Amino acid sequence: MSMPLRQVVVLSGKGGTGKTTMTAGFACYAGKQVIADCDVDASNLSLLLQGEVRSSTPFIGGLKAWIDPDRCSRCGKCEEHCRFSAIKDLKVDSMACEGCGVCHIVCPSGAVELSEAVSGDIFVRDTPYGTVVDADMLPGEPNSGKLAARVRAVAREEAMLQGASLVLVDGPPGTGCPVISSITGTDLAIIVTEPTVSGGHDLSRVVDLADHFGIPCAIIINKHDLNPAQSEDIERECARREITIVGRLPFDELVGEAIINGQPLPVYAPGSPAEIALRDTWENIMALLDRTPPGGLVRLKGL
Amino acid sequence: MLWIAVASGKGGTGKTTVAVNLALAIEEDVQFLDCDVEGANAHIFLRPQINSVRPVGVLSPRIDIDRCNGCGKCADACRFSALVKVKNRIKVIPNLCHGCGGCQLVCPTGALVLESRRVGAVSEGFAGEMAFASGELDVGQALSVPIIRELKALAGGRDHTIIDCPPGTSCPVVEAVQGCDRCLMVTEPTPFGLHDLKIMTKVLDRMGIPAAIIINRDRGPYRPLEEFCERSGIPVLLRIPFDRRIAELYSRGEVLVDNYPGFRESMVQLFEEVRA
Ligand code: SF4
Ligand code: SF4
Repeated sequence: MSMPLRQVVVLSGKGGTGKTTMTAGFACYAGKQVIADCDVDASNLSLLLQGEVRSSTPFIGGLKAWIDPDRCSRCGKCEEHCRFSAIKDLKVDSMACEGCGVCHIVCPSGAVELSEAVSGDIFVRDTPYGTVVDADMLPGEPNSGKLAARVRAVAREEAMLQGASLVLVDGPPGTGCPVISSITGTDLAIIVTEPTVSGGHDLSRVVDLADHFGIPCAIIINKHDLNPAQSEDIERECARREITIVGRLPFDELVGEAIINGQPLPVYAPGSPAEIALRDTWENIMALLDRTPPGGLVRLKGL
Repeated sequence: MLWIAVASGKGGTGKTTVAVNLALAIEEDVQFLDCDVEGANAHIFLRPQINSVRPVGVLSPRIDIDRCNGCGKCADACRFSALVKVKNRIKVIPNLCHGCGGCQLVCPTGALVLESRRVGAVSEGFAGEMAFASGELDVGQALSVPIIRELKALAGGRDHTIIDCPPGTSCPVVEAVQGCDRCLMVTEPTPFGLHDLKIMTKVLDRMGIPAAIIINRDRGPYRPLEEFCERSGIPVLLRIPFDRRIAELYSRGEVLVDNYPGFRESMVQLFEEVRA
């Protein structure tokens, strides 16, 4: 019997909490897995995991409108109907255009053309820590949610092909569309937070999001010794909401150094305080995943 | 009258710290817009008195089943797969809808009505003399752009507007920096910070918005970043030192202009340079 494919997403409401550093570390501990970097606005994982690009595929995010000046009768209907103010003086602003095609529907002269627009590239990389799927989005493009969903789909296909049992997803900050694309259908969400008032505020939003989609979640407190009082608040809040804390990482200068040197923490500083804590955290996550039913529909209580 | 956006490709680089403290240091009338609607935190530091909260909605279709003849034209017209035809019924998937109204235009029986659906809220108030507004995307909702658009509509009511942008480099950021006179990009001297700064630079370039760089958690020159700054010709207006005291003040939700020696002066000077 083949093992079911499990999916774990690493999230953080607030950016810069150490999510990518941790995902890169987990990649070193995990056995056979495929990693999906869904933080498509700012894909940083490959800066640590390196590796060779095996394939790259352009990503068609959607359509863009173009008005043919030769056919245009200057009636202005397109401008009037576009709800995204993307048409000014009968010219389409490609950055504002969402590709809805309304202008095409209302144009009486057939002057509007819609064409597929490339909004980024998807890469499959072979790294020493497993296959990484990530993407470069063209700067300022919409559709980061669609692109994140595509990155995940490619990662899943890779995992199936390789017979891997785990897809590890590095998610974007926030709670909006790319985050929703990253979390839906996963088995477990690991949320990285830090002991700051802002971190606590954003944490509760992501926990609510995981709840909203019925995904069990667990918490890592990074730099937990930076502000012990604030850490306690987070611990209390997690206890109240019956959320497992799977890791507490100390503030450790070596974490920053590892990033500067472009290496995952377990490679750069094995045995350092943060690395030991990270390894424990990974073991806790794997133990939790074993107890979590596939599909993640049941919220785990007080494990 | 200046509109200053504070952005950063990478999250957690200190964007909110710069935006909040800059706003507090400016002597003239300031308006603060927290456009990081998926993780708005400026209120933690500015502690505003909120006077009004209003919902923000986007249009999405409701189908009058008595009129719908199940032709499926709307589902064909929708480019976002927000309408699906199941047997002879049309199902709406609200989270995919962009509110473009295409479906309504093609419906032959007038069975589609576009209605406002709440995606979040905008709060307005005052932090001392400063006019303050922030937005919040409802948890589970996907679209933050409409909320940012609503906030941006408030811009310009005061001498100067400071805009705290969302992290990243995609559509919410574009909406937040649109129309600004200057964008301050807050970065940190790491490969991550630099990678994301480069993307942010391209976004601003594409939009034609003048940029400047602020290096946070500076602990001596990080060569690749210094080289990038030199090569791109984008001015570095400020370096904030790496200091555990700053991190601690931040963690407690305290502002730096009142608690960290010399910070107010740095912010005043920063504003003078932005204005110049
Ligand atoms: S495709 Fe839609 S968003 Fe683009 S210009 Fe036409 S009406 Fe506007
Ligand atoms: S309003 Fe536009 S996006 Fe929404 S369902 Fe209709 S066609 Fe689709």
